[in-house]
Amino acid sequence: MSAYLDNAATTKPSPECTEAILSALQSNYGNPSSLHSMGLQAQLMVDAARARIAAALSVDAGTILFTSGATESNNMAIFGTAARYGKRARRVVTTTVEHASVRSAFDTLEAQGFEVIRIAPEASDAEFAEKFAAAVNENTCLASMMLVNNETGHILPVKAALTAAKKKNPKLITHCDAVQGFLKIPFSASDLQADLLTVSGHKIHAAKGIGALRYQKGVKLQPLLYGGEQEKGFRPGTESVPLIAGFGAAAEAMRKTLEPRRHHAQSLRTECIAQLLLLDGIRIHSPEHGSPFILSFSVQGLRSETLLHFLAEREIYVSSGSACSKGKQSGVLRQFGVPDALADSTIRVSFSAENTSDDIRMLTEAIAIAQKTLIHKR
Amino acid sequence: MREIILIKYGELALKGLNRNTFEDVLLRNIRRRLKNVGAFSYAKAQSTIYITPEADTDAECSALLDAALPRLKKIFGIAALSRALACEKDFSDIAARAIPYLQDVLSNAKTFKVEAKRADKAFPMKSPQICAELGGVLLSHFHHLKVNVTEPDVIVTVEIRDTNAYIHAAKERGAGGLPVGTAGNAMLLLSGGIDSPVAGWMMAKRGLRISAVHFAAPPYTSERARLKVEALCEKLTPWCGSMAFYCVPFTEIQEVLRRECPEEYFTILMRRLMMEIAQQIAKIDDCGALITGESLGQVASQTLHALTCTDAVAKIPVLRPLIGLDKTEITDISRKIDTFETSILPYEDCCTVFTPRHPKLRPKLDEIEAAQAAVNWDDMVAQAVAGTTKKIFALHVTENGGGILI
Repeated sequence: MSAYLDNAATTKPSPECTEAILSALQSNYGNPSSLHSMGLQAQLMVDAARARIAAALSVDAGTILFTSGATESNNMAIFGTAARYGKRARRVVTTTVEHASVRSAFDTLEAQGFEVIRIAPEASDAEFAEKFAAAVNENTCLASMMLVNNETGHILPVKAALTAAKKKNPKLITHCDAVQGFLKIPFSASDLQADLLTVSGHKIHAAKGIGALRYQKGVKLQPLLYGGEQEKGFRPGTESVPLIAGFGAAAEAMRKTLEPRRHHAQSLRTECIAQLLLLDGIRIHSPEHGSPFILSFSVQGLRSETLLHFLAEREIYVSSGSACSKGKQSGVLRQFGVPDALADSTIRVSFSAENTSDDIRMLTEAIAIAQKTLIHKR
Repeated sequence: MREIILIKYGELALKGLNRNTFEDVLLRNIRRRLKNVGAFSYAKAQSTIYITPEADTDAECSALLDAALPRLKKIFGIAALSRALACEKDFSDIAARAIPYLQDVLSNAKTFKVEAKRADKAFPMKSPQICAELGGVLLSHFHHLKVNVTEPDVIVTVEIRDTNAYIHAAKERGAGGLPVGTAGNAMLLLSGGIDSPVAGWMMAKRGLRISAVHFAAPPYTSERARLKVEALCEKLTPWCGSMAFYCVPFTEIQEVLRRECPEEYFTILMRRLMMEIAQQIAKIDDCGALITGESLGQVASQTLHALTCTDAVAKIPVLRPLIGLDKTEITDISRKIDTFETSILPYEDCCTVFTPRHPKLRPKLDEIEAAQAAVNWDDMVAQAVAGTTKKIFALHVTENGGGILI
């Protein structure tokens, strides 16, 4: 028996997704740009998937661009905006807790001469949003804030921050990396006041290699790539019809189950916290009102990598910190007030609808054994 | 007449009566190395190995040589190698062929000289005469060239051998050293860091056949860390030939050490136990020495006192080729032999759980032995040896003659 508790890293593709991918590979393999009927069939599949992603975000289908994933969407949003709107407005605002694909993009803008303001989280959401908006001035072209932090599950005050920021500078383009919130917590793109919004397929039971960028009508982006007219010329290259179809199918299935899945995750998370707190030396880092799908905690004295391998030997799969950073510490935990000594012992478990109480029991029992048998840090 | 490769073996030629054995081993290593490149015929005479591609067309022949050269450059025991054109033993043939063959290299040079080696003393012209006449032919064809006998851009060499004459102009340095397998077998303690692969490479260069032993301590060390060490083995095979890799289960020993022994001695005791296990496996693998990547003073366990304590365990020689090198010198070699990128992959084992906060810099052997005696290690060591897994890494060849990354 195994327990896959690493759903913030990636999820198992849903049956709807794999079926749609297979069908696109086996029977509908036309190029959407081909003028013949097979091309048209492929085009229709892409359109249908686009409509499904749009429905999941409560937006118009004409505002969804497919990309190779969230990293590309984030890069496209940040560099595309800076190139288009940043010739005179040389200031950009973001937070200190973004995913690497946003953080590194801003670091690169900084190297190109942009003034990058990075706002750290505050204890109160209102204060955080206020500080974020205060950093925006008339010279700011872009403000970006993630919706759900991938390492801790903190939900950031995106709506308040972006609304206030836009009030300060109506010309401001706003971006939200919503990867860990998409189809996990309820929101609509327009409600968040995000002109640009990033989502990813493989975090919602679709395949790896597919994502989308939602843009507000009227926003002009400089493309990252040049070529054909696909995705309105914003993202040239033959569409990955199978992955797009799978993404659409997964999103459709997930959209219908958002509420029950959210409650399921919430109860697993509550149960997990309760069982963990029966053990000694556990510190929970995730906030009470964070994403129900992510739980970050440390097991004092054990190095997270050692514990992770110990758990993996028992077919229990979790992350240390964030899976993207493969052992490198991102510094995000510190921003949320986790002391460095504990950051080294931090484990992230993340849930999906497939998890059960048995998984939680396996996890907490194994941690109890680890605490007794593994060598502790000096 | 086609192009061939001439292999010169420097140091090897000095080996008196053993020379034949050395030559045979080198030739065997070369054959193995080129086996899956294509068909070649081999001949040896007068401290030279002649490698002739068996090909139907000039283009095929040239492609075979292109593929063979980078591989040959990684074979220890070769001092220098060059592509050469085989000619009839007739001056007019030599002169006629030299012009088109040397076209590229001489067009790009300003100065040159000709050297002649007349191994076949029956050849009617003497060496100075060959040099002078061929020089004249080349000067009359390449008008921009000047002769410079002290520091020429290009040295054109003509060798008059038993069956043929050979012309070559671009001699390249080989890997040097002695053929792998001529100096015996040794067991390399391979950690996954930068130093130990370099140490293995250096000793293979002195003719040792290398096996490697690695200590894995899951869950403190990860599967990825072990795969990284295996990738390093694979990267060494173009130089060292096929290699046996032993992986020792070391978790229990580390845990007991941590629980039962004084913190400040942890690393030294661990290294002593590693040495003990390594030499037991060395015996099984018919190795006459251990090799480590230690460099004097680099870390606390590599001070003279610490080395004394680890060496006391060894009943066979412990070779430490990096002992006098700085980290930058070691890193330079690791880049050259293409292990650096793999060595720095971030799958460090979780040694920090075990590493003492304040290791003893000047441990005394009697103290260390007393600390070790607090536990009976024999069963644990025997168990570790019995649980050791073996994997053979065959000579790994890719298109460019290098190893691969994981």
